Amino acid sequence: MAVEVKVFRSWGNPFSYRVELALRLKGVAYEHIEEDLSNKSTLLLDYNPVHKKVPVLLHHGKPIAESLLILEYIEETWQENPILPKDPRERAVARFWCRFLDDKCLVALWMSCWTEGETQQNFMEQAKECLHLLEEELKGKKFFGGDSIGMVDIAASSIAHWLGVLEEVAGISLLDEEKYPNLCKWTEEFLKSDAVMECLPKRANLLALFQTRKQAISSVK
Amino acid sequence: MAAAAGEVRLIGGWPSPFVLRARVALNLKGVEYEFLQEKFGEKSELLLRSNPVYKKVPVLLHHDKPVCESMIIVEYVDAAWAKSGQAILPADPYERALHRFWAVYIDDKWFPSMFGIAKAQTEEAKAESVEQAWAALKLLEEAFEKLSKGKAFFGGGTIGYVDIALGAYLGWAKVIEQMAGLKLFDEEKTPLLAVWAERFCAHEAVKEVMPETEKLMEFAKMLRGK
Repeated sequence: MAVEVKVFRSWGNPFSYRVELALRLKGVAYEHIEEDLSNKSTLLLDYNPVHKKVPVLLHHGKPIAESLLILEYIEETWQENPILPKDPRERAVARFWCRFLDDKCLVALWMSCWTEGETQQNFMEQAKECLHLLEEELKGKKFFGGDSIGMVDIAASSIAHWLGVLEEVAGISLLDEEKYPNLCKWTEEFLKSDAVMECLPKRANLLALFQTRKQAISSVK
Repeated sequence: MAAAAGEVRLIGGWPSPFVLRARVALNLKGVEYEFLQEKFGEKSELLLRSNPVYKKVPVLLHHDKPVCESMIIVEYVDAAWAKSGQAILPADPYERALHRFWAVYIDDKWFPSMFGIAKAQTEEAKAESVEQAWAALKLLEEAFEKLSKGKAFFGGGTIGYVDIALGAYLGWAKVIEQMAGLKLFDEEKTPLLAVWAERFCAHEAVKEVMPETEKLMEFAKMLRGK
């Protein structure tokens, strides 16, 4: 039987991870196609000519790009284990936090780890403000989605796993347990999920990947 | 379907394309709302309380509960008044994904290049931004051809999600065209979009709320003077 669902992804990429996690939470079988981001396949470039990036979801041969948009498509196509609430206003709130993660939070976290000096200090300040807002949003909830993992949790997966690795490589601390107890508890709960763990890249491999990248950047100076 | 007085309020500013998006969506659905115009240079208590994360307009208050971010507001209006007017997003999940994709592209790629023309300090920088803006519009022209399926709007027979996303910038696009002495929505480069732009601005749901180019020009001059 031909596999209807394919995911173009890169193993260490948190955005393609989001797509795989959503499919697994909904019990959707898929085939993944590993992309070497330094040598992108013609298929990927054909399916995402505008951005030329992973992830791309292919369903019945039709491509969808941009991880948050793919999550919306997955939610609308496979109704099991909903990742968005039914109420329109609650959906709007979830979308707000997903965009917040992509537009502000994850950028600040990422840049905190790859910059130095005053630039780094500025990014770290922004990152801490973002984490504080997420901490507040989690109050009284097990997950951003309530009792079960939802779209915001999926969008925030890089905080649960990639952030710790980046902090180690950069030698900084951002996700402080004293300042962000809700977020730290959320990380623990998130990583208890089978679907989460099934396709999570190994920490040791991520560490090696980011350390190599850090060395490459340092050697250019 | 008229809303009860006070049920729907929109915090915004008349020059903002993002606020315009919310207004067009509400108009398309025939929703009555109170427009709470922010004073330029000052942010009201209500705005700061309703959008503490970004402190920006637009904010839709429905039964006093806030919804923030223009395209999220548009999608909310489409869902909350699903039984009124025409659907803003299509029903098919794949079509929806395509509409969302182009709306994100418009904000992430087209708007910065258009804005770049206005901000450019040198002729080279301006020329580069202009090229980027035209290249983006060329992609949007192709997208229009695919999504409209020969009809008047990206949304088909009626204004849809992508129309709102792009159309909201048309007032400012005209200002930039005048200030920079060029055509962005050029009949030769992007003929479909050039016609679409006129059609969008003339639409009933748009024409009363689209700010006049002269007023925007004055506003832009005032901003530059600061």
